[in-house]
Amino acid sequence: MKNHRILFNLALLLTSGLIFLSGCGDPSGSSGGSAGLLADNAASQVYVPPGEYDEFYGFFSGGFSGQLSVYGLPSGRLFKVIPVFSLDGEKGYGFNEETKPLLNTSHGFVPWDDAHHPELSQTGGTTDGRWIFINGNNTPRVARIDLTTFETAEIIEIPNSGGNHSSPFTTENSEYVVAGTRFGVPYPQKDVAINSYAENFRAMQTFISVDPENGEMDIAFQVLLPAFDFDLSHSGKGKSHGWTFFTSYNTENKHSLLEVAASQNDKDFIAAINWKKAEEYIKEGKFHEVPANYAHNVYNEKTHTATSTMKDKVKVLIPSECPGLVYFLPTPKSPHGVDVDPSGEYIVGNGKLSADLTVHSFSKMLKAIENKAFDAEIEGIPVLKFEEVVAGVVKEPGLGPLHTEFDGKGNAYTTFFISSEIVKWKLGTWEVVDRVPCYYSVGHLMIPGGDSKTPEGKYMVALNKITKDRYLPTGPEVCHSAQLYDISGEKMKLLLDFPTIGEPHYAQGIPADRIQSKSKKFYPIEENEHPYRAMGEKDARVERSGNIVHVYMTTIRSHFAPDNIEGIKVGDKVYFHVTNLEQDYDVPHGFAVMGANNAELLVMPGQTETFLWEPKKEGVFPFYCTDFCSALHQEMQGYIRVSNQNSNIALKWGLGEDETIQ
Amino acid sequence: MKNLPRLLMVVAALGLLSLFIFPMWRITLLAPQYPDGVTMYIYINKLGGESSGTLQNVNILNHYVGMKKIDPDAIPELSYFPYIVIGLVVLGLGAAWSNNPRLFLAWGVLMVLVSMVGLYDFYLWEYDYGHNLSDTAPIKIEGQSYQPPLIGSAKILNFIAVSMPHTSGWLAGICILLSFVAAWVSFKKKKNESTEKYKLDTVPNLVD
Ligand SMILES: [Cu+2]
Repeated sequence: MKNHRILFNLALLLTSGLIFLSGCGDPSGSSGGSAGLLADNAASQVYVPPGEYDEFYGFFSGGFSGQLSVYGLPSGRLFKVIPVFSLDGEKGYGFNEETKPLLNTSHGFVPWDDAHHPELSQTGGTTDGRWIFINGNNTPRVARIDLTTFETAEIIEIPNSGGNHSSPFTTENSEYVVAGTRFGVPYPQKDVAINSYAENFRAMQTFISVDPENGEMDIAFQVLLPAFDFDLSHSGKGKSHGWTFFTSYNTENKHSLLEVAASQNDKDFIAAINWKKAEEYIKEGKFHEVPANYAHNVYNEKTHTATSTMKDKVKVLIPSECPGLVYFLPTPKSPHGVDVDPSGEYIVGNGKLSADLTVHSFSKMLKAIENKAFDAEIEGIPVLKFEEVVAGVVKEPGLGPLHTEFDGKGNAYTTFFISSEIVKWKLGTWEVVDRVPCYYSVGHLMIPGGDSKTPEGKYMVALNKITKDRYLPTGPEVCHSAQLYDISGEKMKLLLDFPTIGEPHYAQGIPADRIQSKSKKFYPIEENEHPYRAMGEKDARVERSGNIVHVYMTTIRSHFAPDNIEGIKVGDKVYFHVTNLEQDYDVPHGFAVMGANNAELLVMPGQTETFLWEPKKEGVFPFYCTDFCSALHQEMQGYIRVSNQNSNIALKWGLGEDETIQ
Repeated sequence: MKNLPRLLMVVAALGLLSLFIFPMWRITLLAPQYPDGVTMYIYINKLGGESSGTLQNVNILNHYVGMKKIDPDAIPELSYFPYIVIGLVVLGLGAAWSNNPRLFLAWGVLMVLVSMVGLYDFYLWEYDYGHNLSDTAPIKIEGQSYQPPLIGSAKILNFIAVSMPHTSGWLAGICILLSFVAAWVSFKKKKNESTEKYKLDTVPNLVD
């Protein structure tokens, strides 16, 4: 790899020299030449030769695409787009019978959401590559993606919430991922006047427990807070392990024209929740068990099927009854991100309308609590004195600070949306040491492990909201972008920018070796427990009960079994249960039927997926494999005959002229 | 040291049992789209592969050119060869018990013969799979056979097929060598013993 790099550099040097020599012979070209060399140097830093692997996985949220995209870093190559809160015709996700339950909610089937923040699971404060969580903002949900399959494995709905934005940030050992609410909602939800906001609306913060064995989520408890808009969160680490911090704005408690009304207070709050204390209160039984209605959807890798279970209660803690559970840290001004440095001592409140950047000290916070240095109390929650908790202020670093990440070498990197730049500053001395422009209007940034205890301070990614003239135009809607910087040296250096899927709000990065070797190649067929599986072509058959028809179908290069079916009638509901008998890497088969009001199936080796087809017309309709699986892929096709409702044509199926399965 | 030949013979006989643990042969198919190759293992009593799906994957590849499905149940050798091996182990142990170098040698020669018969049988199967093609094969190439090499590598269409002895195959070879070594050491010893006897007989006379 190193040798290749050197060779490539040499090759680049030679070619750029040749171009220069043959270009014009104009001595003024030399300045262009040196700029070219700089660019070449950046190119070699992001160049991953064909057939070689990237150093990091990058997981980028899709925002309003509801998806999660997987990139390689430093190359910026896109590997996969994982549907989470979205329909994906390509994979049949949300279309096939097995994945539909994943998108079930208390509002019924909700096939879209706004997915903002991916968060990797952690062990001991370090990303462990087991799962990645992501929030659904609109209809509050949190999803877990399994990183052995890169598929959505679970989605849990969050009750008593509206706008699940400050989510799903993890604790040090993924004891919990959290879900705050950006919008206050009536608690309990009911028909009230909107202007009764202060009286009837509340903001519930949710702690979702994660099973250390299988990752399964459960709503452990909720904490009832005043109806501020809780924006973002991060959990403590090291010394601050046991606490989670949520930023808030609209501490004005307004419900209309918020851009003005919610921007009046000089300071809003960071809510510090002591979740270890919460666990004690739960153990003591100091919670209220309140009725709720929310969906918990789990995909089972053995049955290849998701099930949705409705849950009907949740444990609520009320701060006024639970002293020491919650404190407010005053923070200027409408803070957006709240970021805890790798040591767990510094809590950065990115006050997006503030001229300065405020950093709180965890140890000062503990002291202030001990000394009862309170300014006020809101609904039983002490407001700590600002001067008693603040560790330092980065003076006039830029305009519109949003998010901060860390490199593990004592530096912090903060994005400034309005001044469209990233500023590097030093923890402890609060001095600005470098700044780089972003193209344009950067939101989040990401350093692999940059919000964990062990950042990999080599690369940094800026996630930009606006690209305007950066790429070839594509009509009124243009892509968002990511920019990759080298942060290994004193100065940040732009290496690459690349377009992204949807709107990447946040991203996570992880050394590839924590995931790569665990990635599944196929599902062992002998472990398939799908109720409608066909374990071999001998099992292939068609069964009717009333107007419901089950087709137990298999695929293997390069045919379906059965591939000729007769005896289907108009008005039938035909379920094609397609089992892919392949046991080889990278051999999915697809399945599509003419006229289906649906999407295709894309069945992985060893998997069974189900497709519902409701024929409306008589005739003979073709079906075929949609994934170019083999040299005889174009031959992988079949026919299904649909007869009149009153016809007495018997069910019949077969494969090959003299090999009728029936 | 006195028992060395006998010990070698016991090791040689018992060493054959490795045939029940490790594959004796492997055939690997290499092509650009199979970066790790497709490797089939041949055991004394079964066929296996790198993964549970290997045999199926080989059969899928073979079916394009009309080769027969490789079905372990259709290969009777896999069910009776184990008994031959057990018989050879018993004979080897018997030879060790007799401590007769002639029997050591005889066992080694028998092993060579059985191995040659086994290889010839393997060749016949390979020939059958490679030549006995279906009339309805999707891909037909005039004059092309798909027989993998007995040992070594050969290019077959887009694949390079490599056929080589594997762990227990090599071990069985070592067992044969051991039996010859046992015979040789034993013969030599017998010869030395007879000269030594002579010396022992004569030395006291000299002292006298
Ligand atoms: Cu196919």
